[in-house]
Amino acid sequence: MKNKIFQTMDDAVADIPDGVTILSPGFSGVGVPRNLLAALNRQGAKGLTGVSNNAGTIDENVDIGTLVEAGQMKKMICAFTASPHPSQVTPFTRMYNNDEIDAELVPQGTLAERLRCAAAGIGGFYTPTSVGTELAEGKEHREINGRMHVLEHPLPGDYALVRCWKADTAGNLVFRLTQRNFNPLMAMAAKVTIVEVEEEIVEAGEIDPDLVHVAGIYVDRLVKIPSDGIWI
Amino acid sequence: MESLADKERLPRDIVAMRVAKELPDGSYVNLGIGIPTMVSSFVPEGRTVFYHSESGILNCGPLAEEGNEDIDLINAGGQYLQIIDGMSFFDSAEAFAMIRGGHVDVTVLGSHQVSATGDLANWMLPQRGVGNVGGAMDLATGASGVIVAMEHTDRNGEPKIVQECTFPLTGKGCVYLIVTDLAVIECDGHGLTLKEVAPGWTPEEVQQLTGAILAISPDVKEFEL
Repeated sequence: MKNKIFQTMDDAVADIPDGVTILSPGFSGVGVPRNLLAALNRQGAKGLTGVSNNAGTIDENVDIGTLVEAGQMKKMICAFTASPHPSQVTPFTRMYNNDEIDAELVPQGTLAERLRCAAAGIGGFYTPTSVGTELAEGKEHREINGRMHVLEHPLPGDYALVRCWKADTAGNLVFRLTQRNFNPLMAMAAKVTIVEVEEEIVEAGEIDPDLVHVAGIYVDRLVKIPSDGIWI
Repeated sequence: MESLADKERLPRDIVAMRVAKELPDGSYVNLGIGIPTMVSSFVPEGRTVFYHSESGILNCGPLAEEGNEDIDLINAGGQYLQIIDGMSFFDSAEAFAMIRGGHVDVTVLGSHQVSATGDLANWMLPQRGVGNVGGAMDLATGASGVIVAMEHTDRNGEPKIVQECTFPLTGKGCVYLIVTDLAVIECDGHGLTLKEVAPGWTPEEVQQLTGAILAISPDVKEFEL
């Protein structure tokens, strides 16, 4: 069987080329693949498009904003681009105002569903979300059952960076509490899915099949977070 | 007008308490940030309400005590929660299927503006860059109804209830009830009806601080808590 286990975060992201689309999950600070993002930051790929709930937080933790600040991202597709407080200016906001980065703002539910569409090979979907707002401008509109909808397209990734709680050698994944958020969707929507794992990666069969959240078919690479890795 | 600007209004917790009365027993509810977050503290005794969070939780309970936070358990505002009986977790697609599919019964949101026809403008102030849409448009469109809980006027004293929204829209015609620090106003999609006023306020005074025409209910009364 193909070995999915990589020894280091750096090895696991070494082949990510310039210009690809990176799916980066997390909700607020939970379920963020901080170790893989740090490795991709060290690796230095540029011209990347990022798909993420937010464009990076204001704190010192490594997140997609670290890559934004380093100039590695050419575009962010996300639901939140700015800090909740206007007094705090994120690197993304500063760079966007200077025309140094592009952005596409997507309602959070539409973002999740576009990823799910990509994962499932669905060509698009109609939703009433955003109808009548500036985010619906230029999109195909269609009335369904008396209600106006807009057409939304799938959002596939080249690479997904994922963080999970438990994994086995077959690539089956388990998440804790609200860690799941965009992780399963992004794991399923990318051509290559790379996972940082909190607990020791166990042999296939040691995780109860009834409790698996993401099946191994979607998972290509697994790396155990080292003791000196980023845990919070 | 100046005297009205200085006149005492209801505190935020009373606004939250009034909204809480609107949540039916057994309902599934999503609370936005600001005054809406406070609503859960005031649900009348004997009623059970299940709170939904976009972070992927049904049946959210109290905030975690300091020192007992679990870094993997947050609500949509990023606050740490306690684990309580009956809680369940799911991914973002399912969290939003619950909203977009109409399974969540009531959403309570803050807002910058609400129009006479129930349009909601709460996701962005003009001139603020790309903005933070988050789940606001999904909530506005998907939930079976939106209650807005907000101050009646903005920090400059300008009405937040207006004939037409001038700020970017979140959703059209989605608000059915507005509860402010001055009034309870029903919205049927065509116009606004003043149902209750804060103690010491007359319907005419509330109208003066409102940017849309209010029909005054024949049985308009003082805030009922």
